Amino acid sequence: MENTVEKSRMARILDSDIWHSFARSPVAIISSIVTLVIIFGALFAPFIAPNDPFDLVAIDLMDASLPPAWLEEGDSRFFLGTDDQGRGILSTIMYGARISLFVGFASVIFSMIVGISLGLISGYVGGRTDAIIMRIADIQLSFPAILIALLLDGVARGLVPKEMHNDVTIYVLVFAIGISGWVQYARTVRGSTLVEKNKEYVQAARIIGIRPGTILRRHILPNVMGPVMVIATIHLAIAIITEATLSFLGVGVPPTTPSLGTLIRIGNEYLFSGEWWITIFPGAALVILVLAVNLLGDWLRDALNPKLR
Amino acid sequence: MQSVIVMFTVGLIAFSMFRFVGDPINNMVGQDTSEQERIELRERLGLNDPFLVQFGRFSLNAVQGDFGLSYKYRVPVSEMIAERMPATLELAFVAAILSLAIGIPLGVYTALKRHSFLSKLIMTTSLIGVSLPTFLTGIMLILFFGVVLRWLPTFGRGDVIELGSWSTGFLTASGLKSLILPSITLALFQLTLIMRLVRAEMLEVLRTDFVKFAKARGLPNRLVNFKHALKNTLVPVITITGLQLGSLIAFAIITESVFQWPGMGLLFIQAIADVDIPIMAAYLVLIAFFFVMINMIVDILYYAVDPRLRADNE
Repeated sequence: MENTVEKSRMARILDSDIWHSFARSPVAIISSIVTLVIIFGALFAPFIAPNDPFDLVAIDLMDASLPPAWLEEGDSRFFLGTDDQGRGILSTIMYGARISLFVGFASVIFSMIVGISLGLISGYVGGRTDAIIMRIADIQLSFPAILIALLLDGVARGLVPKEMHNDVTIYVLVFAIGISGWVQYARTVRGSTLVEKNKEYVQAARIIGIRPGTILRRHILPNVMGPVMVIATIHLAIAIITEATLSFLGVGVPPTTPSLGTLIRIGNEYLFSGEWWITIFPGAALVILVLAVNLLGDWLRDALNPKLR
Repeated sequence: MQSVIVMFTVGLIAFSMFRFVGDPINNMVGQDTSEQERIELRERLGLNDPFLVQFGRFSLNAVQGDFGLSYKYRVPVSEMIAERMPATLELAFVAAILSLAIGIPLGVYTALKRHSFLSKLIMTTSLIGVSLPTFLTGIMLILFFGVVLRWLPTFGRGDVIELGSWSTGFLTASGLKSLILPSITLALFQLTLIMRLVRAEMLEVLRTDFVKFAKARGLPNRLVNFKHALKNTLVPVITITGLQLGSLIAFAIITESVFQWPGMGLLFIQAIADVDIPIMAAYLVLIAFFFVMINMIVDILYYAVDPRLRADNE
């Protein structure tokens, strides 16, 4: 029984509009492959990375600052060269992408939870609750997200004792980036909720006495998720950029567990001595990742937009 | 009204930072201050007063531009910020001009010649531009123009000339040269946004009846496109540009950090790293003030651009 349900679900996916539009869009296919490859590389970095950049025994200072393998002085062990401490750039990128993606996904999920709940409540309850939530949203929206993330990050640093900084910065980052992005979700969900709550199925649910919490979760939520997915995809790209920016500015993740942004920051210092590969390759990885996610988001927006079908 | 609420909220946040992040006394005195002295100092500074009284005092000082001393440098914050402000404003100003001067023509072009090869090239490039974080753009420009070609300076402001309390880099050759790379970096992101916006608005307006009618009347294309169509795209463009002007100041933090540009953003980022609350609070209030002012100017500009709004109000 379980099996047939699974099968028919798969068949339903293969027959859906989304899948058809996906299969016909080369940009969507390529960008999702690129995204998946990067996620795969990041996820399994400990198993597939050519060398372990954080194993102090394996690092040899003699290998420091080697150029990429195809250049004259390059070493075949380090395909993209090494940094000032002899860590392979390719490996640090894979480990760095792990942290970048973790912060990206975690803060998007955090934003989604906050934004969707507030949006649902705002739209469904209305009245003063709605006015307060939306006013806060308006005020926050008049400031760039990056500024809010920076500020939250700074305040959180002040609240946490100094010696704990390195352990908690990653969660501080998730919190700061997450909070700075909830408004988009809340506004969209509120708009859709206002439409949905007057429909018959919601009235019917209300008449048979289902509690508001259950109505919101089980009945309205599934119907407002479409636009949310588009925002989430584009927000993922923004979250990754924001994390990289904060780390680049030196207020993000510590150099002991570098993300892509931290790697670029470290490499930046060697730019003038001609060791461009230390910063350019992590930079390229970041751009490719963000571009792929952006293109996916663009495609998803068009695919879910009934006007363009 | 909205602006008053914004300023009040921001002020409250800034004050809460003072009050709850770290102990102000610990930040002011050394290790060897006795407990008795600390309690006296606390009383003397009014830290035992009710929250609202303290907030009132803070607001009163803030309105007069007094944010106290920096924890780290022991210098009045207002002086530090005033010293850095010209650098940031000049940078943001040049970047705003650049992004408008390039963004609007590109947007108009890609809307008019929608299917030409050049338009498609510009649109694709702009998507890459959006995906490129500001700091990476800066690094690339430094690598190319500063390290490889050695044409342009890559850090600092060059020589500045003091005009009263305003130090300007506009009047010296090295000042202008130093301005090129940071302003391009800062402008690039806004430029793509403005371009895409102008394009979308133009496409919308070109489809309307009055444009078709103007064409049917046999008016030259140039007149239709620029006098009729472009003018009607300006309202949303002004809104977004206004909002972007604010984010220019915010993104200046990143640009200033990449180019070691001695502006407010660099000061702020160092303050965050040092948890220097007075600087953070002052910067926050100042930025909020800029945003509120920009929003007001944008609202006024609406009336200048769109005659319908004027008619409504009379």
